[in-house]
Amino acid sequence: MIRLENVTKTYDDNKTHALDHVNINIKKGEFVFIVGDSGAGKSTLFKLLIKELQPTSGDIYVNGKCITRLRRRKIPMLRRDIGVVFQDFRLLKDRNVYENIAFAQRAISAPPSQIKKNVAEVLTLAGISEKYRSFPDQLSGGEQQRVALARALVNKPKILLADEPTGNLDPGNSQIIMDILEEVNRRGTTVVVVTHNHEIVRQMNKRVINLKNGIVVNDIREGGLASER
Amino acid sequence: MKGNSFFYCLGQGFVGIKRNKVFFLASVATIAACVFMVGLLMAVILNVNYVIKEAQDSVCITVFFEPETSEADIQDLGKRITDWEEVSHVEYTSPEDAWEKFKQEYFKNEPELADGFANDNPLATSASYTVYLTDITYQQKVAERLEAMTGIRQVNKSEVTASALSDFGKIAGIASLAIIIVLLAVSIFLISNTITTGITVRAEEIRVMKYVGATDFFVKSPFVFEGIIIGLIGAILPLIVLFFVYRSAINYVVEQLHTFSSAFSLLPMKDVFYLLVPVALILGAGIGFIGSMIATNKYIKV
Repeated sequence: MIRLENVTKTYDDNKTHALDHVNINIKKGEFVFIVGDSGAGKSTLFKLLIKELQPTSGDIYVNGKCITRLRRRKIPMLRRDIGVVFQDFRLLKDRNVYENIAFAQRAISAPPSQIKKNVAEVLTLAGISEKYRSFPDQLSGGEQQRVALARALVNKPKILLADEPTGNLDPGNSQIIMDILEEVNRRGTTVVVVTHNHEIVRQMNKRVINLKNGIVVNDIREGGLASER
Repeated sequence: MKGNSFFYCLGQGFVGIKRNKVFFLASVATIAACVFMVGLLMAVILNVNYVIKEAQDSVCITVFFEPETSEADIQDLGKRITDWEEVSHVEYTSPEDAWEKFKQEYFKNEPELADGFANDNPLATSASYTVYLTDITYQQKVAERLEAMTGIRQVNKSEVTASALSDFGKIAGIASLAIIIVLLAVSIFLISNTITTGITVRAEEIRVMKYVGATDFFVKSPFVFEGIIIGLIGAILPLIVLFFVYRSAINYVVEQLHTFSSAFSLLPMKDVFYLLVPVALILGAGIGFIGSMIATNKYIKV
């Protein structure tokens, strides 16, 4: 589903490699954590996958297609296959929960009947159906992240990328978000979570790719953490 | 773009205007000023051209013949002059016609005085051709050609009026074009700034749109609609003002300058606005479109 072949990324203003000859292969339906300290290359990897950045060398395959030389006008189609969630939620403050989620559908020109159906579906999945009229400021951090998650899922992506989804949340809310992500993964979506929350990673006991200074230092398969204990 | 997306983007254009009222008003005011100036200049140019055309139609060369020129020679001269490509048409005034006209003009109240000349036409040598031209600028050339012809005694022309009218038309056209270009540039710059502000205000929304797979076209459309709406409003307002200003000008000319009105008149409202309305609307929408395209192409990259 996601394959990186010898991917290197060097920023123009900084001659050090943000990613250095990275090889990663994530299969369809997998749940993978990408961990590492600040500056390890996690965010760079995230941006490369949504084609916000171009690798300096190497090839990236998403959903079977090489996106390294993807034309600019084809990028929106790539992004429709990838749902993204951020630490800071990135909700539109002037729109209520329903409108925030429907916005993602409108942006891909979905028909109105489909918008209603899909928004109701993801509201239920994220457990925030009763809050659909609330505005972001009226919600807790956990609830806001659930709205962001619902928005990322409403276009039915094949891959869900989450960048520190629990970074601003307490343990209780973090667990709720992880439960939703696990449910999403159970329904067939490939889930990639970038985090430095070791506690969550340990609890989930999924595949973990550890980055350090732009290099993959270890790749622990699902269940591997339990056997390491 | 699907129908529902079109209306969504159009709606978002209005939302953008609502959020950005101050810049919206500033842009509308600038475009309105530009379109008003363009409209005013257009109305002036149309009227100058109208006056020039009227004058051109009345400007002509009068040709008188040598006394010994026979009627047949005069007819022959007339045919030759009519064939010239610079000549639109030629009107012949016989000595009898000239005398009749003279009588009407000077002996209208004392016809008995004219009767004394009944058998002795004092204008017997005043047969003439009035030569009308296809273009006012040919006057000098045609006059010289006429003067060189055998049998022609005198050629009367109005060269000063002709060249002055022609030059005034050219100068007015060039000056208007220069002013319009400057105003257009200022309007496009200002609307582009307004749209840029809108893009900055909605940066988060644009970012989310890009992440969920919105196309470049979908992201930019609301801003382009916003620009076009601003442009159209900026065009409609001065059209309304120009309508009342021009109507007042016509009334003023008719009421206050009635003594000159036979010589000086303005084009009718419908003739001016028939051209002005589409030009102003296309101009307003065009300024809005170009300004918003400049801003979106510069600041929105998927």
